[in-house]
Amino acid sequence: MRAVRRLGAEAVALVLATVIFLVPFALMLLTAVKDQTQAVDLDFAWPTSWPVVENFLAVIEARDYILLRAYVNSTIITVASVTLLVIFGAMAAFVLQRRPGKVARLADFLVLSGLIIPPAVVPTIWLLQALGLFKTLPGMILAEVAFHLSFAMLLFRAFIAAIPRELDEAAQIDGCSGFRLFFRVIFPLLRPVTITVILVSSVNIFNDFVNPLYLLPGDENATVQVTLYNFQSQYNTQWNLLFMDIVLITIPPLILFVFFNRKIVAGMTAGAIKG
Amino acid sequence: MTQQETGPRTGSGTPTGKGHARPAARRRSAYPYALYLPAAVVFVVIFLVPTAMAFYFALTRWTLFDSEFVGLQNFRDFLAEQNLRIGFQNTIIYAVVTSGLKVVLGLLLGVLLTSRLKVRGFLRSVVFFPTLVSTVAVGITFAMLLKPQTGLVNQALALVGIDGRDWLGDAATALLSVALVDVWKGVGLATVIYIAGIMSIPTEYYQAVAVDGGGAWHRFRHVTLPLSWPATYSVIILSFIGGLRSFDLIWTMTRGGPGFTSDTIASIIYKQYQAGFFGLSTAGNVILFLVVTAIAVPLNYYLGKRQVAA
Repeated sequence: MRAVRRLGAEAVALVLATVIFLVPFALMLLTAVKDQTQAVDLDFAWPTSWPVVENFLAVIEARDYILLRAYVNSTIITVASVTLLVIFGAMAAFVLQRRPGKVARLADFLVLSGLIIPPAVVPTIWLLQALGLFKTLPGMILAEVAFHLSFAMLLFRAFIAAIPRELDEAAQIDGCSGFRLFFRVIFPLLRPVTITVILVSSVNIFNDFVNPLYLLPGDENATVQVTLYNFQSQYNTQWNLLFMDIVLITIPPLILFVFFNRKIVAGMTAGAIKG
Repeated sequence: MTQQETGPRTGSGTPTGKGHARPAARRRSAYPYALYLPAAVVFVVIFLVPTAMAFYFALTRWTLFDSEFVGLQNFRDFLAEQNLRIGFQNTIIYAVVTSGLKVVLGLLLGVLLTSRLKVRGFLRSVVFFPTLVSTVAVGITFAMLLKPQTGLVNQALALVGIDGRDWLGDAATALLSVALVDVWKGVGLATVIYIAGIMSIPTEYYQAVAVDGGGAWHRFRHVTLPLSWPATYSVIILSFIGGLRSFDLIWTMTRGGPGFTSDTIASIIYKQYQAGFFGLSTAGNVILFLVVTAIAVPLNYYLGKRQVAA
């Protein structure tokens, strides 16, 4: 009897979750492969024709291959800023964890403020302009590093706390301290948490919409999210193309999720709980 | 001060980790403050300086190239205009609704997905995945689903005899519709936080309830609910701050419309920026900063205290 009830509860949970969480994705996929006239209905009717390749090419070729350029830009921004985040964040988290005192308290306070304070966007534009970095990829990369640093430092610091100080002391006996201690001894040990930081921040930076909207205006610097936003008005009758675009942009996080599900969940949970 | 210790320190190491009485001087040498430098430069220049400058520029009429001091005029404009004041109100409503629902639904899903369901691995993935999808994509998709005539939501409602309305085009429902989509996208994160919290509850407590003959409700009410308090705390802080700052979803779904009825502080900041009122836009940023700190700091303090008590 109880087994039957459990089975029933499972079935209900499964159906509800599927409907609520998967229907929107199903609609995206289905509409993306329909032709224009059928896509207008926005329903779950089975596609009468399958212009998958045509839709794909139409989206890619739109506005002089802007989506390809956006992909290149977004990839550059994500890879460069995540690399800097990992190196800078791990270095700073290492001193922060190992050397308590006034400076560490100040750093702690700054990490916390980095998590809560919304960035002041227009003054950031003003500053980047003064530095000659407004509307440039390096400017965008530095901004992403600054905005995601606190999160990376939280994860790194928690992990470093579990590395015994005896290791540092042994390395010091061998004449290794400061930067060499960090890069030769500590950094290689951070591999698991480094992977987590890479995964979570690359998803966040790849999906970032607000910051590129403010700091990287203009077609030549398009990023995938801003391009998608602009496609919304351009394709307001060709929904098959709009959804094809959405599908193409959702694929990178999906791939990461399929391979690193546990790591991503663990990283986001840890970041949240310590925040 | 930071560079005194770059050379090898062969002489000073004590054999294996000794007590903490005196190593302060030596430890200082092994961890130079210079390691902070790259992170500190980026953070201070790109984040702290603009945040501090915002307090000055908020008091000016500003074109990026020159600024004219106007005192508190921008703040007066911000609070006097009906359209701007509504943004203030909406921001609070949005944050309260989203974080409240994320706590309730996240807790329920967390309990469900830590029970012995066979399909829980699959369900966890399904619930969590929207967290990773771009907000713009989610916003566009739901804008389609919520369309008045062709939208799937209204078609589904029509099947059970309810007349759906133009959810995003109606001032009464626009903001709440966006907030619900925000919950759909963000409840996965709340759920995994609760799952982590519930899994860390020692099983002895549940055994004790079983010994006393308590049922499922008892287990939930007297063990799971009080002992998952740290998770609740994280979910509230995280989603409340996120809710106050949220922009992407509102901007892709309603652009603050119809009229100004679903504007939040963040969307007004962007609108004023687009219109070229940089000083006014920055005043909005300062207001957002004040709202976030005025709420986050006491909330953190209050919830943190309860966490110690629990």
